[in-house]
Amino acid sequence: MANPSTVEPTRRDMLFIATGAVAAVGAGAVAWPLVSQMNPDASTLALASTEVDISAIPEGGSLTVKWRGKPVFVRHRTKKEIDEALATPLAQLPDPQTDAARVKKPEWLVVVGVCTHLGCVPLGAPGSRGEYDGWFCPCHGSHYDTSGRIRKGPAPTNLAVPTYDFLSDTKLRIG
Amino acid sequence: MSELKDMTMKSFKSICLALALAGASITPALAAGAGPSPERQSWTFAGPFGQFDRGQVQRGFKVYREVCAACHSINLMSFRNLAEPGGPEFSQAQVKALAAEYKIKDFDDKGEPVERDGRPADRFPKLFANADAAAATHGAAPPDLSVMAKARSYSRGFPMFVFDAFPGIAYQEHGVDYLVALLNGYTKADDPNWNAYYPGNMIKMANPLSDGQVEYGDGAPQTVVQYARDVSAFLMWTAEPKLEARKRTGLNVMLFLFVFVGLLYFTKKRIWADAH
Amino acid sequence: MSGPSTFVPQSALGRWFESRLPIGGLVHSSFIAYPTPRNLNYFWTFGAILSFMLVAQIITGIVLAMHYTPHVDHAFQSVEHIMRDVNWGWFMRYSHANGASMFFIAVYIHMFRGLYYGSYKAPREVLWILGVVIFLVMMATAFMGYVLPWGQMSFWGATVITNLFSAIPLVGDAITTWLWGGYSVDNPTLNRFFALHYLMPFMLIGVVILHVWALHVSGQNNPTGVEVKNVQRDTLPFTPFATVKDSFALVMFLIFFSWWIFYVPNYLGHADNYIEANPLVTPAHIVPEWYFLPFYAILRAIPSKLGGVIAMFGSIAILAFLPWLDTSKVRSANYRPVYRVFFIVFVLTCIGLGYLGAMPAEGGYVLASRLLTLYYFGFFLVILPLLGLYETTKPLPATIADSVLPQGGAKLQPAE
Repeated sequence: MANPSTVEPTRRDMLFIATGAVAAVGAGAVAWPLVSQMNPDASTLALASTEVDISAIPEGGSLTVKWRGKPVFVRHRTKKEIDEALATPLAQLPDPQTDAARVKKPEWLVVVGVCTHLGCVPLGAPGSRGEYDGWFCPCHGSHYDTSGRIRKGPAPTNLAVPTYDFLSDTKLRIG
Repeated sequence: MSELKDMTMKSFKSICLALALAGASITPALAAGAGPSPERQSWTFAGPFGQFDRGQVQRGFKVYREVCAACHSINLMSFRNLAEPGGPEFSQAQVKALAAEYKIKDFDDKGEPVERDGRPADRFPKLFANADAAAATHGAAPPDLSVMAKARSYSRGFPMFVFDAFPGIAYQEHGVDYLVALLNGYTKADDPNWNAYYPGNMIKMANPLSDGQVEYGDGAPQTVVQYARDVSAFLMWTAEPKLEARKRTGLNVMLFLFVFVGLLYFTKKRIWADAH
Repeated sequence: MSGPSTFVPQSALGRWFESRLPIGGLVHSSFIAYPTPRNLNYFWTFGAILSFMLVAQIITGIVLAMHYTPHVDHAFQSVEHIMRDVNWGWFMRYSHANGASMFFIAVYIHMFRGLYYGSYKAPREVLWILGVVIFLVMMATAFMGYVLPWGQMSFWGATVITNLFSAIPLVGDAITTWLWGGYSVDNPTLNRFFALHYLMPFMLIGVVILHVWALHVSGQNNPTGVEVKNVQRDTLPFTPFATVKDSFALVMFLIFFSWWIFYVPNYLGHADNYIEANPLVTPAHIVPEWYFLPFYAILRAIPSKLGGVIAMFGSIAILAFLPWLDTSKVRSANYRPVYRVFFIVFVLTCIGLGYLGAMPAEGGYVLASRLLTLYYFGFFLVILPLLGLYETTKPLPATIADSVLPQGGAKLQPAE
């Protein structure tokens, strides 16, 4: 760098390049823990499942449970709601997905209760379910149907379906 | 000029040495009292390459569970830790089954307090609501054992404590050695509360171990001496669950730094070659 | 030494920016073209090491603050949570905890170097006093940081140190209550210590900038203590010479640092701090962290509460008056044979006080503490003022270059 008057420019340059490269590797290796520490820690990762008793949810009713700090909607769908969901042609959907791909048992719909637009919690009480009888997000006017699929409004995708299992007819494990 | 340099170097060498001593002069002089010093044990987890002996830590957990757990919690530990790398490394299924044997206080959907089966993500439960309740039951509150192996120590005095920090002869196992000594320290047959290593010699915890008390499946001797070592090793792991990862990372870091410093040495020499 | 910068960026964009904010020139004149005496030894690399340590402590500290909870019910558990569950949390915490000790080791070497080579003498008095301020803020920061894990030593250390202020006549108790935000060290104390522990390192950065600024005005001292007479012959540009030398020394220091982090991480700590704070039980033997021990020994050497507190703070404050207490015209101890002996005894005194600070305050330890305390103050108040008047010093080299360059005729010449 500073002293041009050197005898063996190539060996000298090699040495500088090697030292610089090792310094860069070291800086990178130190940077990684600093970044990684902000990822979910081991206790957060371990808490990733929630068990829910669904025996008390009446037909047409729903339950909101907290999973990973977010609401999950468990809706006990009526025959009419299931039929609506099945009858909707895929062509009408901004994010085409069949109802069958979104449920494990037709009468139970389990979706993450977070609007895919900007993260608000959509309304789902009777009377405020939006134009498609599913959910309505009041923040920016997204309408979801009885399968939790986006039908109208700015949200780009359907409500997410978490991984879940039926431990029994009345017991659900989310996560 | 070189004479001058020598003089400077000499006085600075003495200063350096003095500073190194000062840096080290910090006896964690713990009040292990004037009693005998615990015997130094040989551990697989000691030293720069130390790793836990899985079998030993697993046996230690069995001793903890069947003996210590009656009074002492390990509330900083979760069941899942038992399956994680660097510890006893039980299988996931074993940990799940084990967790289910514990009852965990929780609330149901309606906000009513319930006791449900434990899950791997749960902590080992506290045994008492608070220290007062524990003291009311036992006469003195049995301390949580999660970090016990780091929370006890003893003084080795000058100059040994200085050497305890030195590469090659570093000694970091004061706490765990003290635990072993304590568990073997009930040497008066007529007084189960007399302990040779406890400060003041009168310990509220009556001799908890006896030969043959815990059944080992792996053929290890079923003696107090062995139980004490195994459960202390287990408690070293609960106190420092990342010990193996730390030492392994340390090796990589050291190798890297030695290469780096070597390159820098030659770079420095090359750059300064024209200056002097 | 650093005049207006002659730095001209190569690109047009660079020149456009430089004419509006001459930051390139600042960096160039401070860290590239800045002339450093060519005879500096490795004791002059500790400034760079300390800068690194300050930044490292701030970075690891910010990371820890992301996971730590400053509440008496959660502080201890949250630290253990960092050690167990947070990704690389054990590395961050051990780096930060041992980093404090490394910081103090480096700062003590840096200070003793200044003391040995007379770096505090004119025209560097302000530079030195800023250093004393940095040392004080460092001590306050380290003390508050040690309280945060909320172990037994945290709690009782905080109790003892805050009680020092109760020695002040009339208002002492009111001040102590004010510091605590209550009638003992408790949750309000922990919370404010956390806030201040986070704030103070940034104040440190500010004072360090002033310290470096003052340094770049007067230029570095050097092992001969002779001022730069000819920039061409006596100095070398900071980059690459000082840069690469500092880097080499820094990585050597990192090897030393890493040993503590990865292999003996709890050696410099105290076992009692793995016991959660209990306001009802004082540990049998409480001692501060090692870097406070000499001052702690001075505190305990004086058999009066107020006297001890005054002596302890006085032992630090006296450093600020050092430039005027030392009457010698010669800077470097290399040319002051008698001072050198007193200096070495002084270093040993500090180490001895450190040892005594860790010992119980009884019997012979108290007597020894008093003798060493006497020497500590005597060194500054009696030896330094008188020695400068009577000492016969050795002849100084005419220039810095003469002391290192063989072709310059390295024979030592009388100064004048």
